[in-house]
Amino acid sequence: MKDQYRLIEFNLNGKDVACMVDTRASLTDMLRNEYSMTSVKKGCEVGECGACNVIIDGECYNSCIYLAVWARGKKIRTLESLLGPNGELSDIQQAFIDESAVQCGFCTPGFIMSALAILESGKEYTDDELRKLLSGNLCRCTGYENILRAVKKTMYKRLGKEMPTE
Amino acid sequence: MYDIKELYEAKSVEDAIRLRVEHPEAHVIAGGSDVLVQMREGRRAGVELISIYGIFDLRGVSLDENEAIRIGSLTSFSHITRHPIIQKYINVLGEAVDTVGGPQIRNIATIGGNTCNGVTSADSASTLHAWEAIVELTGPDGIRLIPIKEFYIKASTVDIRPGEIQTAIIIPKESYDNTCGCYIKYAMRNAMDIATLGCSVNVRLSPDKKTFERVRIAYGVAGPVPLRALSAEAAANGKPVSMETAETFSKTVIDDIKPRDSWRASKAFRQHVAVEIAKRAIIEAVKRCGGEMA
Repeated sequence: MKDQYRLIEFNLNGKDVACMVDTRASLTDMLRNEYSMTSVKKGCEVGECGACNVIIDGECYNSCIYLAVWARGKKIRTLESLLGPNGELSDIQQAFIDESAVQCGFCTPGFIMSALAILESGKEYTDDELRKLLSGNLCRCTGYENILRAVKKTMYKRLGKEMPTE
Repeated sequence: MYDIKELYEAKSVEDAIRLRVEHPEAHVIAGGSDVLVQMREGRRAGVELISIYGIFDLRGVSLDENEAIRIGSLTSFSHITRHPIIQKYINVLGEAVDTVGGPQIRNIATIGGNTCNGVTSADSASTLHAWEAIVELTGPDGIRLIPIKEFYIKASTVDIRPGEIQTAIIIPKESYDNTCGCYIKYAMRNAMDIATLGCSVNVRLSPDKKTFERVRIAYGVAGPVPLRALSAEAAANGKPVSMETAETFSKTVIDDIKPRDSWRASKAFRQHVAVEIAKRAIIEAVKRCGGEMA
């Protein structure tokens, strides 16, 4: 292959970065191997489980089926961007803990990135809409109810509204 | 790492055509949600790729001078669903593509990829057949426009000639004007599933909303490629808007469709579902047109 390594410049979690990346790499490969963004999990690697979910220019993508070279000029956010200056958790992460929405934790970063896109839209969603918006992430431990509740609770909190009783 | 032999990144349509001519063996990759998955499976391992994902001009939805709806081939499903032109004129297409995969897939997958892949289960394809969409292909000799029915040659084979790429899907005004539609996807799960059967219906009612002026119905997974149910359409055209017409219409579907037994579902089951969803879809389409079933 000619130009097997290509220079790409992009923004990762608010910081401009440049990387000579292998043309054959997926975005998951690049984020994990070049930047140690280990929240980006290698799950199914065919775009079904959502464990590698990251936010690119405001939308969620499974980074396992996204070529690393496509990151050129993009703004990419991973779970690591939520870390506070002294290691604090964000509201959505805390809600996952409070609601026991985490068991093994493998799917959690992907779920939280999906949740983040939901929360940052600033809209109020019904339970059915939330289920659909979270349907691109698979969890084999929790049975989803606690995850749904964590997202819902944070959504109402951010909207400054009382969460309706179930 | 993907088993990619060579990756060519096209920056413009001209660039893509030049690369297609120079590298006739290379596969075109748009969003990659089919190509990269097949590469992982080994089906496309070791191939050369021409990436058209970066061609900005092929994204977006617009109305042209004849009020035809033009959808750039690289427009993602989520952008189609959210686009005001789609919501206003052919909301059913937005609904259909909103049933594909999950949210992340709908952000990467493109309508061009969905149709060029040539599979019968593509959620956009039955609706595009029901709207008699036109496929725009751009190649070394310029632009070629063909009806979507002719674009599909056989399972997994579409009419893209050497040097060409698909650049847009066009829905003429005559097709969508004064119509309402409904898409029903039958699958085992609500998300991340491939259609066992997909049915797209659109109707145009008479001004008094008592007669079907024009009914169109198309299926995915009812044959090797998406297909229209023409005898069913004929059974409803010009008939009164009534439950009786809906019954006759849906039963006639059996004469048109050619589903097969597969591990997803049997032929008999698909036939049963086909009749039922045709009925439900036409009833819903009438309702959306403001009509009432007599």
